[in-house]
Amino acid sequence: MAPVDVLNQISDVIWEIPVSYKEGMRVPARIYGTEKLIRELDDAVYDQITNVATLPGITKYALCMPDGHFGYGFPIGGVAAMDVDQGGVISPGGIGFDINCGMRLVTTNLDYKEVKPHIKRLVDKLYERVPAGVGSAGFVKLSRNEFRKVAEQGAQWCIHNGYGWEEDLELTEEQGCLKGADASKISEKAIDRGAHQIGTLGSGNHYLEIQVAKRENIFDKNLAKAMGITRPDQVVVMFHCGSRGFGHQVATDYLQSFLKVMESKYGIKILDRELACAPFHSPEGQAYFSAMQCGINMSFANRQVILHRIREVFSQVFERSPEDLGMHMVYDVAHNTAKLETHVVDGQERSLLVHRKGATRAFGPGMSDLPYRYQEIGQPVIIGGSMETGSYLLTGVSTGDQTFFSTAHGSGRTMSRTKARKTWQGQQLQKEMQQKGIYVRSTSHAGLAEEAGGAYKDVDEVIEVAELAGISQRVVKLTPIGNVKG
Amino acid sequence: MPYEFLEDIATADIAFHAWGDDLEEVFKSAGDALINTMIDNLEAIAVTETRTFQLENDELDLLLFNFLQEFVYYKDSELLLLRAQQVQIETKASGYHLTAVTRGERLDRDRHHQRVDVKAVTLHQFQLEKTDNGWTSQVILDI
Repeated sequence: MAPVDVLNQISDVIWEIPVSYKEGMRVPARIYGTEKLIRELDDAVYDQITNVATLPGITKYALCMPDGHFGYGFPIGGVAAMDVDQGGVISPGGIGFDINCGMRLVTTNLDYKEVKPHIKRLVDKLYERVPAGVGSAGFVKLSRNEFRKVAEQGAQWCIHNGYGWEEDLELTEEQGCLKGADASKISEKAIDRGAHQIGTLGSGNHYLEIQVAKRENIFDKNLAKAMGITRPDQVVVMFHCGSRGFGHQVATDYLQSFLKVMESKYGIKILDRELACAPFHSPEGQAYFSAMQCGINMSFANRQVILHRIREVFSQVFERSPEDLGMHMVYDVAHNTAKLETHVVDGQERSLLVHRKGATRAFGPGMSDLPYRYQEIGQPVIIGGSMETGSYLLTGVSTGDQTFFSTAHGSGRTMSRTKARKTWQGQQLQKEMQQKGIYVRSTSHAGLAEEAGGAYKDVDEVIEVAELAGISQRVVKLTPIGNVKG
Repeated sequence: MPYEFLEDIATADIAFHAWGDDLEEVFKSAGDALINTMIDNLEAIAVTETRTFQLENDELDLLLFNFLQEFVYYKDSELLLLRAQQVQIETKASGYHLTAVTRGERLDRDRHHQRVDVKAVTLHQFQLEKTDNGWTSQVILDI
């Protein structure tokens, strides 16, 4: 049970832990949630978010989004903006090992009735063409030098090599490429781990899902239309994956490099070694920033190649071109990143390194980096719920400045994987889901049991909090009909 | 099985507690726990390939951290599932030195029953301690 008595209630859905809670806190911590969600939070979230509040350069608040839960270093759902001109740090523990783990959403012009007879074949083919599970290798074979180009060019490399459409780039956060990526800052080990993994899904909570935008689940018709959801019971494809072993190794390498210099060279003391960090404006901080951007780019490339495979599979099954099937991207969002952004804080523009760990950027209308088609409505935010309960499409709002324009990323777990595995049985769950109209393929029955809907928070409640707090707005709820589980 | 998976910490990840009569044993147990996180039937891993790890660190617990990372590295880079056969740890003026002989084979989707992939070893609540009965460790793996 969470120590709720330490919280000051700011609004119905915002709760604050004051700086007096722990020695060394530079700013208060703020957690988003209903009273029920807050009461259900693991104690560790309090500990982790207040540890984050002690990091040098942290500005305004250490924030935890409504889907927040036990992480390592930062909680999952943790957001922290570091002022780089005031000694602000960069920390791999504030980004996560899976750099730019993120979501991509693609439309079709098919409706549920047209897809239903083909769902088994579609999912079986996607399972075959998009490798998932432990290890696994993709179909793109690259030399080490070519892989370095992927790390520097991201999704742009894919488009130049025939894995996608030019328009995909405009609909990807950062246009699918962070220019500051420098492949000389990545280790040979990172390349060994990631060079053959482009086009693979991974495991854990990674998935590829076919979903329906049911007519009764459209919250805002105009916003939905602007994002390409225009037909009743329209079928879309959503997937969640990241930078695979490459990004994991980049984070591992720099975590260790920061541990060596953090205290001895920069005099920074931390409360958890997983929060190892270095000043952003230091040789070590800058090296990690460049390497981390390689991880971001590799992840954009991974999702781009997977999109290419999805288009191939739909085209094969429906014997129509992907263009004719209307397989356009809605957007691609990153979850685990640190980005240098300009935000107005107390009336002044400041250069902040915004760490989002298991949190989504949610830029409001008119902000820079939004594609032309979303300038008026704000950034699409793709929320992956559990495989049983459904997912959401939201949009960023202008009141999102309170969280440096960040919002939730999923529904958030409430039960450990180990406990979930004892509670559910994978094969049984697969049958039950099929009876509910969701056809699932997985590399692992145990892994499937760990992802049972009951192991997660109520996604509807999490999204309601995000809307009530004014950090994003509901557009469409999406219902799963087919799933490839990593 | 000289390790157990923990239910009450690490919601989205996997935490385990491993133990052994001596330092070498706790390293071996922790290595097996990491592979067992990914593969249900450890006994199905044949010992056809050998890889030797040579590592050093000033801190003993970070030596375990480095040792565990090697299993994750070989799993991705060569799709190898390895188990430690011999572990030797020496204390020198320059720090702790480890030599480990590990054996295993390439992942076979038909024979090796998968659980979940391990992305990384975290340092969150990472512990390696000497007890009255030997050594214990606690590790949270990023999933």
